[in-house]
Amino acid sequence: MCLAIPGRIIEIPPDSQDSALVEVVGVRRKIDLGLLQDDPPVSGDWVLIHVGFAMSKISEQDAADQMSTLRMLGEIDGAMQEVQGYGVEGEKEDVSDAGTYESEMPGVKVN
Amino acid sequence: MRFVDEFREPQLISKTAEEIRRIAGTERHYRMMEVCGGHTHAIYRFGLKDILPENIELIHGPGCPVCVLPMGRIDDGLSIAQDPDVIFAAFGDMMRVPGTQGSPLEHKARGMDVRIVYSPSDALKLARLNPHKHVMFFAIGFETTAPSTALTMMRAKAEGIRNFSVFCNHVTIIPAIRAILDSPDMRLDAFIGPGHVSTVIGCRPYEWIAKNERKPIVVSGFEPLDMLQSIVMLLRQLKAGEAKVENQYKRVVPWEGNLAALKAMSEVFQLRPYFEWRGLGFISQSALSVNHKYAEFDAEQRFSVPGIRVTDPMAAQCGEVLKGVLKPHQCKLFGRECTPEHPIGALMVSSEGSCAAYHNYEHRKAAMVSLSSIA
Repeated sequence: MCLAIPGRIIEIPPDSQDSALVEVVGVRRKIDLGLLQDDPPVSGDWVLIHVGFAMSKISEQDAADQMSTLRMLGEIDGAMQEVQGYGVEGEKEDVSDAGTYESEMPGVKVN
Repeated sequence: MRFVDEFREPQLISKTAEEIRRIAGTERHYRMMEVCGGHTHAIYRFGLKDILPENIELIHGPGCPVCVLPMGRIDDGLSIAQDPDVIFAAFGDMMRVPGTQGSPLEHKARGMDVRIVYSPSDALKLARLNPHKHVMFFAIGFETTAPSTALTMMRAKAEGIRNFSVFCNHVTIIPAIRAILDSPDMRLDAFIGPGHVSTVIGCRPYEWIAKNERKPIVVSGFEPLDMLQSIVMLLRQLKAGEAKVENQYKRVVPWEGNLAALKAMSEVFQLRPYFEWRGLGFISQSALSVNHKYAEFDAEQRFSVPGIRVTDPMAAQCGEVLKGVLKPHQCKLFGRECTPEHPIGALMVSSEGSCAAYHNYEHRKAAMVSLSSIA
């Protein structure tokens, strides 16, 4: 629950500025942007995600660092389980699990 | 320093550890509390104690929301979901937390409709998908999670959803710190401030700790280097006789916090006059309840709640451990009656609780050492 998971915003649907499709090491899920309405992110931005809500914008380097912290903490599996869990059974919009979660971030191995 | 080579920037870590030794010297003892359960977990996981000199003692604070939740609240929440028309939705962390009649997972095995959600907004989705059932979200967490619950309730109201409510257990960190500072047996020199809570509340709410209590506080990130740098910043203040709020985690935490998140919280919640914390007792204005505007989404107003109170066994010394008076292993029950598999006290309940963290890492390490010495 206290995990902060870094993800990259892939797409913000034009009809709903309050949500975005994010990618976290190969897994794509919809998250809520409502808590960043004062400084809305755009596609390509990195955010820290907490219980399905983007909490803060961060740099790409910080995102890679945060992923490596999660790895060191032994929390990668928990984080990926959380991200894969966003959405409810039967209504997982925008699901496109790229199979295993291969890291696309430089220098970050996820396993 | 057996773990240092596994970290990023090992040289910088060694250098920072050296700086800590230099400033700390040997003439006095420093007692610093890390408030956040995430920090506690990281400290044990990274073996930071092996890096720090002996005269720097880290005390593990109250920042694990699962640990400090009184068992009676779990019983109350589950009692609402005894109704077959109610779906009990909660984060995975809650599923194994025992109530007096068993955990949510055990209730599920007995037929209760219990669902794991990873976001409050997914609990709302469950309500949309199950129009003939009522979905009750068992909300828990500090200011990091409370805004997400609040925003979800605002969305539910805007959509006119009628079959969704929140059983609110959100707590606030500042009154817990105050309770610890007010305790007569308190012996702390400084605080490592929580990272992610501060992304929401910012750094200002800590100013009274520096001004009135004369204790330095540094808001810290979670990497080993972050925490070591925060300890350097605290030591520098203590050496100079200063007490300030500093922000080591600037790359994520803005000084003013997240105003949109604070606004969502104040739209939906109000402070409870008092709330019980396991290990610390009743603390005034330390938790949130749903305000009158959102009454229809408040499970406590919508359903009759028994208001169960369960007292922790007298032998469990959680309060003393929380305040830093005792180390986890000095509690009479630690590792005997009270283990992560069978938690009796609050701090053994979640892996972020200091007793569970101590048990998982230190205790095992000690057992390995004693085994190898026998061999």
